[in-house]
Amino acid sequence: MKRITTLKLALLGATFALGLGTSAAFAGSTNVAVAANFTEPVKEIAAAFKAKTGHDLVLSFGASGQFYTQITQDAPFEVFLSADSARPKKLEGEGLGVKGSVFTYAVGKLVLWSKSAGVVKGEETLKDAKIAKVSICNPAAAPYGQAAVETMQSLKLYDDVKPRLVEGANITQAYQFVQTGNAEIGFVALSQIIADKDGSRWVVPQNLYKPITQDAVLLKKGEANEAAKAFMAFLKSPEARAIIEKYGYEVPPAKAS
Amino acid sequence: MTSLPPDIWQPVWLTIELAVITTVILLIVGTPIAWWLARSKAWWKEGVATVVAMPLVLPPTVLGFYLLVLMGPDGPGGALASLWGGRTVAFTFGGLVFGSVIYSMPFVVQPIRNAFAAIGDRPLEVAATLRASPLKAFWTVAVPLARPGFLAGAVLGFAHTVGEFGIVLMIGGNIPGRTKVLSVAIYDYVETSQWREANILAGGMAVFAFLVILTMTVLEKRTARIAR
Repeated sequence: MKRITTLKLALLGATFALGLGTSAAFAGSTNVAVAANFTEPVKEIAAAFKAKTGHDLVLSFGASGQFYTQITQDAPFEVFLSADSARPKKLEGEGLGVKGSVFTYAVGKLVLWSKSAGVVKGEETLKDAKIAKVSICNPAAAPYGQAAVETMQSLKLYDDVKPRLVEGANITQAYQFVQTGNAEIGFVALSQIIADKDGSRWVVPQNLYKPITQDAVLLKKGEANEAAKAFMAFLKSPEARAIIEKYGYEVPPAKAS
Repeated sequence: MTSLPPDIWQPVWLTIELAVITTVILLIVGTPIAWWLARSKAWWKEGVATVVAMPLVLPPTVLGFYLLVLMGPDGPGGALASLWGGRTVAFTFGGLVFGSVIYSMPFVVQPIRNAFAAIGDRPLEVAATLRASPLKAFWTVAVPLARPGFLAGAVLGFAHTVGEFGIVLMIGGNIPGRTKVLSVAIYDYVETSQWREANILAGGMAVFAFLVILTMTVLEKRTARIAR
């Protein structure tokens, strides 16, 4: 009887030691809220990050506005990759983000896209009355939606296109509306369609909308998490930057640090 | 304190309109289905009942996904839309009505079916001996006897349509005055940190839900008393 108990205890102890050892010293994980436009690149970055550090990223995708609201309500996110620079700054100011952790990880590119060849020719496509539905994402909650509205305003086409606009809750949905053919064209992120070969696209010139500066912030909940801090650092590494550029983003010049 | 946005009430009216139209359609379409389910002896009728009840279990995202594909230019919805020169039924008020009818159908059919089943054969046989045609017996005997079921079905169908969110989000396109219903408007306000507006609409919904359930309970008690 006694022997069994000792054996059990020993086993239990060993299991604990192993479990604690691996999780504390080798691999951790961190919860990351990611703006929907950055879905594809961050998956690749997560794989590279895992290969390099052993840490896992637990990724959640959505509209930046939605994440901002959730984070102010104590959501368990440790890193926030926003699609804008205003919300990370706001979180930092409100004490929910770690001071000095905000940096620009990517500058997004807006593109007008159709899944069929020859449909999108340029800005004149927006004037085409035969196009019944133009999808964008919610301009109030998602920066790409805001950029799409700015573009149409710069072109003085907004009032003309407005009755034909349909709104997705985030950029993924704006893409989905075009992908399923329910909207003929839509403003999406270049990163979403970078691999698309069959469709037609017009990369919107940068002078038509304010640059989509996408900032990352380390959140208070991640301040003590090694994996979260390592991920923030990894995002600035040449390896991560190469992936980000591959998906059609611009990367700000590296700061010597 | 800033004033409320002028368009805050638009989703309320749109939602009521959607729920009223959906409920009327469901009463018209659901009654024969409920009658058949209650009276038929066909061995496969429970299969039909199961299909009708499936939206109870399926996440709205499943229905929303299929509807989005079916309504698009490559599906039957696109073919239908081409009749009036459109490409898709998604993003239209009609599309929302269609989605709501499917989504809320079990809430209307089930109570009516139960009410019909509770009547039993006897009153209808009596009507037949009094030389009432089956149609006349249906209108003058079955429908009045099943009134509590119709009432429950209508209230639940209406309420459930008001509470719909996932499907509308997926096929609606958030167009003010056409597809931006109450639940989506609340989602929007929360997403953009306009909590006062969100509070007004969400609070209204909570009161509405309370009243609906209270009404249902009171009605049920009253009909039970009358039946006795």
